[in-house]
Amino acid sequence: MYTVNRKRLQKLTDSISKTSKHFNRYEVECLIKFFHTFLGETAEKQGSIGIDRNTFRNILHITFGMTDDMIMDRVFRAFDKDNDGFVNVTEWISGLCIFLRGSLEERMKYCFEVYDLNGDGFISREEMFHMLKNSLLKQPSEEDPDEGIKDLVDITLKKMDHDHDGKLSFTDYETSVREEALLLEAFGPCLPDSKRHLEFEAQVFKDPHDL
Amino acid sequence: MGVALTRAAQWTTAGFGKGTLELTPLNEALLNDIIKFVESFRVKYPQEAEFVFKEPLRWKTTLEPSEFESGYIVSDTGVLSEENSKDGQPLLILSGKDIQVSSFGQLSRLLELAKDKKLKETQICLEANRDPVVKILGAGYGIVEGEEDSSAIRFLDKMKKDDGHASIKMKISLLLQQLDVLLLNNSLKHISLEIRLNPATIKNDVDLLKRFSGEGEQTVLESIEYTSDFEFANGCRAPPWRQMHGEICYLMVKPHDCDSIYVTCSTAGVFVNGGKKNEAEEINYERHSEIFKDLVTFLRHTSAKFSENMSKQKHSFLGGKKKEKKKLKSVTEKEETLSLPKSSVISVKSPSEKRRMVRKLEPSLKWTSSAVPQEKKDSSKESQDEKSATLSVTDKPKSVSPSTSAGKTQSSSRRKSFEKVEELSSESSSESEEDEEQPDHRQEGQTDLPSEYWQIQKLVKYLKGGNQTATVIALCSMRDFNLTQETCQLAIRDVGGLEVLINLLDTDDVKCKIGSLKILKEISNNSQIRRTIVDLGGLPIMVKILDSPDKNLKCLAAETIANVANFKRARRTVRQHGGIKKLVELLDYAQSKTDPMHRHALYETKDVEVARCGALALWSCSKSHANKEAIRKAGGIPLLARLLKSSHENMLIPVVGTLQECASEEHYRAAIKAERIIENLVKNLSSENEVLQEHCAMAIYQCAEDEETRDLVRQHGGLKPLAALLNNTDNKERLAAVTGAIWKCAISKENVTKFREYKAIETLVGLLTDQPEEVLVNVVGALGECCQEQENRVIIRRCGGIQPLVNLLVGTNQALLVNVTKAVGACATEPENMMIIDRLDGVRLLWSLLKNPHPDVKASAAWALCPCIENAKDAGEMVRSFVGGLELVVNLLKSENKEVLASVCAAITNIAKDQENLAVITDHGVVPLLSKLANTNNDKLRWHLAEAISRCCMWGRNRIAFGEHKAVAPLVRYLRSKDPNVHRATAQALYQLSEDANNCITMHENGAVKLLLDMVGSPDEELQEAAAGCISNIRRLALATEKAKYS
Repeated sequence: MYTVNRKRLQKLTDSISKTSKHFNRYEVECLIKFFHTFLGETAEKQGSIGIDRNTFRNILHITFGMTDDMIMDRVFRAFDKDNDGFVNVTEWISGLCIFLRGSLEERMKYCFEVYDLNGDGFISREEMFHMLKNSLLKQPSEEDPDEGIKDLVDITLKKMDHDHDGKLSFTDYETSVREEALLLEAFGPCLPDSKRHLEFEAQVFKDPHDL
Repeated sequence: MGVALTRAAQWTTAGFGKGTLELTPLNEALLNDIIKFVESFRVKYPQEAEFVFKEPLRWKTTLEPSEFESGYIVSDTGVLSEENSKDGQPLLILSGKDIQVSSFGQLSRLLELAKDKKLKETQICLEANRDPVVKILGAGYGIVEGEEDSSAIRFLDKMKKDDGHASIKMKISLLLQQLDVLLLNNSLKHISLEIRLNPATIKNDVDLLKRFSGEGEQTVLESIEYTSDFEFANGCRAPPWRQMHGEICYLMVKPHDCDSIYVTCSTAGVFVNGGKKNEAEEINYERHSEIFKDLVTFLRHTSAKFSENMSKQKHSFLGGKKKEKKKLKSVTEKEETLSLPKSSVISVKSPSEKRRMVRKLEPSLKWTSSAVPQEKKDSSKESQDEKSATLSVTDKPKSVSPSTSAGKTQSSSRRKSFEKVEELSSESSSESEEDEEQPDHRQEGQTDLPSEYWQIQKLVKYLKGGNQTATVIALCSMRDFNLTQETCQLAIRDVGGLEVLINLLDTDDVKCKIGSLKILKEISNNSQIRRTIVDLGGLPIMVKILDSPDKNLKCLAAETIANVANFKRARRTVRQHGGIKKLVELLDYAQSKTDPMHRHALYETKDVEVARCGALALWSCSKSHANKEAIRKAGGIPLLARLLKSSHENMLIPVVGTLQECASEEHYRAAIKAERIIENLVKNLSSENEVLQEHCAMAIYQCAEDEETRDLVRQHGGLKPLAALLNNTDNKERLAAVTGAIWKCAISKENVTKFREYKAIETLVGLLTDQPEEVLVNVVGALGECCQEQENRVIIRRCGGIQPLVNLLVGTNQALLVNVTKAVGACATEPENMMIIDRLDGVRLLWSLLKNPHPDVKASAAWALCPCIENAKDAGEMVRSFVGGLELVVNLLKSENKEVLASVCAAITNIAKDQENLAVITDHGVVPLLSKLANTNNDKLRWHLAEAISRCCMWGRNRIAFGEHKAVAPLVRYLRSKDPNVHRATAQALYQLSEDANNCITMHENGAVKLLLDMVGSPDEELQEAAAGCISNIRRLALATEKAKYS
């Protein structure tokens, strides 16, 4: 059983590392192992083939310090390419590939996908409002707390909506991010911050000989 | 009640001694409250009402005896109360107009009797008894300044000590205190409703009204003028002792329908004053009317015509008024700067007229059209509508808008009084900057300012109250404003944005830090912002950020530090928080292998960029002496040297800039030599970048004080590019640096030869005209060095360089004069040059420089005179032709400065070559003055002094005189000096002096013979000869003495 698993793992690693742009073979192997430690907890019980939404969110929360439920859901959707409710091992590696090492283009595409809540290719005013609605602290003096959010959405649109159609296309988004890199995660953190990122890589990719 | 009365009540301050309560709404309210209190006292506190006052309250009442009813014994002359105190005194005594009341009970009844005169009566009573509490309870209960807080406790203590009625007294005092608090609270309500006037608003009003005044029916007033043209710095025109009473200025207003009125504008409001009887007299400052809240209200009330015409113009007037106020503010600000050039055009005009002129020049045509409603009523109406549409926006931010920021900064600077001076000086400089760009800048500000201001304020609000996502959006959006524009910069500061931005630096979020630094970097170009950042403690945080692993952050932090560390205190702060060391570490980035950990940093940064930013920050910091030292200690020099090999221009500039700045330190120059930096400096002289060339030349200039360095520059082929750069004269800063480098390099002879080869001398001569002083100083300095060689002197003459040099002798710049005199002096060693100098009257110019207050100039001029006198034809005649010249030279021997003394001695040596002149200077007392100098240790002075003495011996009985003034013995000691020049000059002087027998004796006594015998063995023939001559004179005297003895 173990050897079979081992062989399968080898094969899997080989096939994935051929397609993976940013990871080498060793790193892929480590990530697959990491994947299986998480899978072990759930899969054995349910016999599923991937990490389910809750486990994934746990990983995002504990390992990468994300807090926003909605964004975490969206990140899950971005990882779960086939939309089956589970992140399988291929999705896991290709997702992390962008998540950890993506080029600016890849990261922009990924972030835009996360922010485009309904997947229509635009980030609309409503979507922005939805994503930003918790971004301002409650101010007792304000009569309508939504007023500030609306205003913030307007500011964002003014800044990013280059074709002035009242919504952000990918082109709008791309132009803005190239102008100002800070706007990559304009509507909420969906990439690991550099500190967590380093910690994660250090933990997962640590040299087995060091153990 | 005491506190309320002393503090809140508005006493007329005009009269001295007894003050009177003014009839202001506030006072009326106060009085009514007091009346209510007293009236109800008898009913509410019957026991306390019987308490007899320590001292009766006395005043002159308006009540008639007949008005008193039952309970009083009324007689013709007065009234006594039936109620008596324990010792039988009536509690109320009225005799004539004087009334005395000794209890609250009686007071209450009195007020009841007074009916409608209540108010008047209370007022008079309080005016007569400024501190009623003291009279009621005793002196111990008075109001002590600054002690209100503890008064309750004090009263309690007092109470215990007091005898008798303790509890009653206690109650009364508590009641009075309650009343006091009540009064204060009420008066606060009143005060808060009041809008106090200030000089600016009054000025605006007056200026505005002036525009609508003049002859004719349509105008609102015939005239309105200040009584005084002088305006104090605070904007007031009232004399200082009146300003103490809150008065701002006095106006003479002539409405259409009544006589001229004199009006006082004070912070409390506007009222009619006593006016002037005639021109010479002072204004009678007493108030003669009620107080109006502002000038317009007052005039409306006073002049019917005014309010009629005002309502006609109401539209244009009031609508525009607010806008106008803003404009006027900028006009008045401009006035200061514009009035100078303007006045040269308008020449003699009264200040008020000038003001009008300036205002006309204000390019707001719209407004002037609405000011003449008759002609363009329609258009003015239209424009009016436009204006009122914008008004809701424009008038709101007025109180806080950056146009008033000058005042704000002042108040903030007052807060930080410890650095007030620094603050103010910076302010003035920033203001002058502002002035330069004012015309379009202001105009722009007027229209854009309000919306920008509000938008920025909104963004700052989101910065404060948003999570990191909102913060990043707000930060990015803020960057869309033109942050180089002062209005935006100050708007950010004024809405408290700087605090937030700096706080963000202290968070964990990298994105927020980056966004915040990006803004800080931009706005820190403004000196006021820089100071505020330092005051808010921004620098230590930025220094801490330098440690961050994120390179982007490091860069931004270093760049911001580079901007902020533009003044001393900031640089010190950077150093004290260990910033220099960290910045130096940044320099190491370009070389050290990239840490694999950072390879995938989220935002790509280049290591070179980090080093560049580090160098940029060090450049700013290196302007402080202690920082230079810190950079060196942190090992910055080798790193800078390494970076200097880089090929990135924008990296080289800060690196060379830092080196150039630091090269003023001896340590650095040594290190620069040791680190082979010169080579790279020379290489970069040939760069394309002018700024880089400039700094390289500057660094060479600083370092070339050292001979070895000069040789290095030559060996690395630096002289040719330097000479080549002379041909480009457009960039004056670079030219100054290049000529400076040439000057210093030319101190070495080999370098001069090279320069001659490169035809640099000709070019330098060409630069003697039409250049700024900093360039001229260096050019002339360089020529002065070149002139040490005969060949170059000829070149200069042939290129026509002597005339411009002589022309420069009339300048005022000390450094320039020192160099020019040196160059002219060097030229004068050539007889042909001397002829030209003489023809141009150069000697006279040099001579007059002896009067220059600066000792360096004096000395340099005197040195230059020596070759002139030596080489001029008919030198004696020429010298005599300068009236008072010889006396001037002789008097310079009284100087304290050794260099001046040496140079003047040298000049005297040359002057004394002419017998007639020698006679004149002898008459001016040159001998005692020279003799007095004899006791010096300075070899240079000794040398020239000895020469001068030897020359001066040639006249009359000067030899004997030197002996008499005890110059001989010290001269003998000169022979023990190590300087051969001193030996020669001294031997010659002694030889001359030894012609006198007494001097010989002195020399002999001081052991001159032995010393002179040694000198005879010198290889210097002149010295030999003089020494031998002197010995022979001494010997001859000895022989003669012996002969006389035995014969």
